[in-house]
Order: sequence, then C-alpha cells, then structure tokens
Amino acid sequence: MKKILMLALSLCALAGLAPAGVTVATALAADAGRFDYGLRPERIAENTWVVVGRREDFTTENGGNIVNTAFVATGAGVVVIDTGSSKRYGEQLLAAIASVTDEPVAMVLNTHFHPDHFLGNQAFPADRLFALPATIRGIAADGNAFAENLYRMSGDWMRGTEVVVPPNPLAPGPLRVGRHDFEVLALGGHTEADLALYDRTTGVLFASDLVFNERAPTTPHAHLGNWLSALDRLEATGAALVVPGHGPVSRDGGAIAQTRAYLGWLERTLNDAAERGLDMTEVLALPVPASIRRIALAEAEYRRSVVHLYPAAEQRALARAGQR
Amino acid sequence: MRLFIATLLACTSCLLASPGLAAPARDPLESARWEDMRKLYFPGQRVVFDDRVRVTAPVTAEDSMNVPVRVDASGLPGVRKVTVFADFNPILEILRFYPQGALASLGFRVKLQQSTPIRAAAQTADGVWHVGGTWVNTAGGGCTAPSTGSASPEWQSKLGEVSGRLWLPVAEAPEASAPAQAGKGGKPGQGNEPVRLRLRIIHPMDTGLAPGIPAFFVQDLKVTEAGGKELMRIEAFEPVSENPVFTLDLPPARAAGPIVVSGRDNNGNAINARIAP
Ligand SMILES: [Zn+2]
Repeated sequence: MKKILMLALSLCALAGLAPAGVTVATALAADAGRFDYGLRPERIAENTWVVVGRREDFTTENGGNIVNTAFVATGAGVVVIDTGSSKRYGEQLLAAIASVTDEPVAMVLNTHFHPDHFLGNQAFPADRLFALPATIRGIAADGNAFAENLYRMSGDWMRGTEVVVPPNPLAPGPLRVGRHDFEVLALGGHTEADLALYDRTTGVLFASDLVFNERAPTTPHAHLGNWLSALDRLEATGAALVVPGHGPVSRDGGAIAQTRAYLGWLERTLNDAAERGLDMTEVLALPVPASIRRIALAEAEYRRSVVHLYPAAEQRALARAGQR
Repeated sequence: MRLFIATLLACTSCLLASPGLAAPARDPLESARWEDMRKLYFPGQRVVFDDRVRVTAPVTAEDSMNVPVRVDASGLPGVRKVTVFADFNPILEILRFYPQGALASLGFRVKLQQSTPIRAAAQTADGVWHVGGTWVNTAGGGCTAPSTGSASPEWQSKLGEVSGRLWLPVAEAPEASAPAQAGKGGKPGQGNEPVRLRLRIIHPMDTGLAPGIPAFFVQDLKVTEAGGKELMRIEAFEPVSENPVFTLDLPPARAAGPIVVSGRDNNGNAINARIAP
C-alpha cells in the first residue's frame, strides 16, 4: 500500500516538471520506435482478433511480448481480453484495436493476476477494467512486486508502467455485450482465480493461462488438481476455437489436450518422485521425456515447476508415512 | 587488482607451507570472498579443493527463499564434519553436519540474498578440509524477507512438528524403488543401497534480518537409532529455509528399527519425533 502511494507521488512530481519537458518528449518519440512490439491483430472469427505473442520467456529483446491478448468488436463496444506486459504494450494494443475497428472500448478483462496480463491496464479507461474478485485482490497485493520483477527481466520496455487495479469485480455466468453472447467462467488452477471467456456467438474460447499451446505451462501459483478440473470445464464448452494464454490459436482442441498431457505428466512425475523419497535436487535432475521436451521451454519450465510444486508433493508423501 | 590478488595468494601459501604441501590452489569458483573465509574459518589448517565433495544446486534459483542444495561427500573416506557456506549471504554459514553413523551426504534448502557460491568443506580424520562447491545465480532477497510463518498464527500450534519417512532399499521392500537408484543409477536388489530418511520440521526459520522479526531458527538436530546410537548431528543456522526439509542416507544395517529425531531451536523449544520404517 505504502509503495503504491510512493509511486503515485513520484508521478505527480514528474507532472510538475512538464513545462521543461521538451527534450524528454523528443527522447520518448525516439524510444517509441525502439520499443515497438509490432503487435498485429489476427482475425480468427467474426468481429474477433487475437494478438499472438512469442513463445519465449521475458527478455530485454522481446520486452514481455510473450502473451496473447484478444478483442471482440461486439457492435456495442470492444471487449478486450488482457492488456499485455507494460504501459507501452497497452498503448500499442489500443492502437492495434483502433486499426481494425472504430468502436470504443466497452470492457477490459484481466484474466488473472500475472503481470503480462494486466500491466497494460494504464492505457485503458480505468472504469472499464474488470476481473474476478480474487484477481483484483491479487493485483492489489502483489502487482508492484510483479512489476519490479518485469523491470528486471524486460528493462526499458517497462518504462512508465504502473499497476492499475481493476475496480470492477466480475461474476461468473452469461454476459451479453452488443451482438455477442459470452459466458464468464470463473475457474482456477493456474492461479487462485483464472477467468475464461466463451463467446457462444462465434464459438471462440478465450482460455487465459489455463491453456498453453506449444509452450510449456508456467506454475508459480498453480494447483495442478484444480487446473486439470478447469480443463474439463473448458473442454465441455465444445469451443470451435481455443485462444490459449500463450502460443498459437488452436482449431482442433489440441491445445487443451496438450496442456492436460503436460500437467498430468508433471503431477505424476512429482508425486512418483516424492513417493520414492527423492531429494529436490534429484527431482531437478530427472530426464524430461522426448514427447514433453518438444514443447517450447519444457525443460526450463519443468525445473521451475519442481521448485514451485515439489514441496507440496513431498509433504503429502511424508504425511502419508505418519498415517501408516 | 590482479597483481594484488597474486600477492595475496603468494603470501597465504607461505603461511600454509609445510613439508609435502602444495600451495593452496586457486578457488575454482573465483569468489572475492574466499580468501577471507579461509582465514576466518580454517586458520592454520590445511584446505584443499576436492571434487569428491559434491555440491548440487541449480545454476539459477527459481525461488531465493527455497534453493535446493545437496552436499555429498560420501566419496571421501573418513569424513567427520561438513560445513556449508554461501560466500555472499549476510550470514555465511548455512549448516554443519556430523555424519557419525550416516553417509556423508545431506539435502536441504537455503535462503539466498544474492548470487553466490555455495560450498561445502568436509573435514577428514587427518584434519584436512576438502572443499567443493557450485555457483548459484538468484534475483536474491531471500534472507531479508519475513517468513510466511511469522505472518500466520497457524504455525505456533505446530511449531517443531516433524513429518518423516524412511525408504528401505529395493531388496527389503520389493514394491518400493530405492531413491539411490534414481540418484546414482545403482542396480536394485543388491541390498547395499542406503536407506533414505527424509524429514520436514515446521519452523519459521526467521533470519533476524527482516525488520522487526528476531532470529528464530532450528539450531540442533540429532538423528539416532532407537538404541541411542547417533547417526547424524546437524547444526543449522538462519539461512536454512522455512519449514526445513532434510534428506539423509543411512547404511542399511542402521535402519532396521525406528529412528529418533531430537533437537531444539534457538529459543529452547524442543523437537522430538520417532520415525518407524
Ligand atoms: Zn499466467
């Protein structure tokens, strides 16, 4: 809380310097060329576009353009799904939206509290920002720490980025905007609260980070059991097109199947290791099978996941001993 | 700068010189802190870098509050004591262990404040310290963050609670697979694989470096056979991670009966548990 206040104060101080800001403006103009994410909206269904990010981890080269964002021009305003990893990304997404539709922004959804999905919020009208209640709490509590971390990993691309907490809680259930009938799915597993949006009108499922495609899932706040259940809920929509949080759009349900296969393998591997009494360093050294390794970043994400998830698996294995 | 280091090295080798003793080798981890550490912790003692002291840790730490480390000096005969350090932590020493009846290996997790070498010094019966280590990169901050336990009331009722489990080698427990198999590629069913013991102790392990939270950590642990014979003694320090998890390997003959774990934290709270095979 204190940190947010301090950031707001320093913003005011900068605003006070505005009259002397001519050189600053020039520098920013030059930066704009240097920090171009090259966002290209790809039309995947009627009134529906996706901006597909790279299948990479955060670097100073990609500036955090590793996430998928999407939008639907409903006829009564644009519904935006996630805002990207920085203020610049948000601004460039807004420009990309304006390049394909004249409609104003009606709603902006943050699917979950990971920074690449909400740090572009600044570019959008704050009163249009929506998220699940637990996501709102998560962004308020951890947003600044996440932003600091992205500054470290993505560098100057992040300049000027501030956390904007979405003020509007979103409830699960039907949501009609313009000509589109959406279903808001309040799920969890990738994080405590993951929002998926199913557009009944077009058959497009915006799956958020509950689905990764050709890019290994990340697990810093994951609960694998809940995540696998959430995948069942997503599959039950019978969506024709699945927009994953990371990786290419999937037209055959393959992305859900791949995510399920990866998470199932991860869960089995960690539980087996814990049941065999392996030390965490030994679990880190286990080989990743070829079928999993062909997914981008699988080996790196596996090792990260061991650190996130093995403590719970080993605790279950140790507790079982106590019950014998 | 380089000249200065060269001079230092030359001097220290004079100090240590004794018949049949080579000059101290250059620190393979090239840490600026090592020479000071060597003088502070091993004054006038023989120190050699030795590949038989293996320290396994990830090159890059995913979580600076929980960096997995395994020290294995079991390839070195006659190890009496092992001390584990992180050169650039605000508290250098992580833990010491005395592998009395156990193999000279220990797995645990540690908090790191910044990128640092992690090294283990194993002292053999002749008094010589054998040092091995590895470098871990981390975003850091692990030592000055408060524990989650210090913020939650729940741990107090469970403070010092131990969960533990023994894994017998394949020969004795046909349906379980021995951990050593996965770790070292040994053949199952020969009956000479070690018994694995894993322990988790509920404790906040506060370093005292987070503002307003005093140091509060498990200090001593003794792992003994039911008959009282000591298998391993562990002296832990503040950098050991919250809710410490330890992985030990015991000779198969030693784990026939239950294992007793006893100890205390720096505030005198007792730890007592019995782990049946
Ligand atoms: Zn995410």
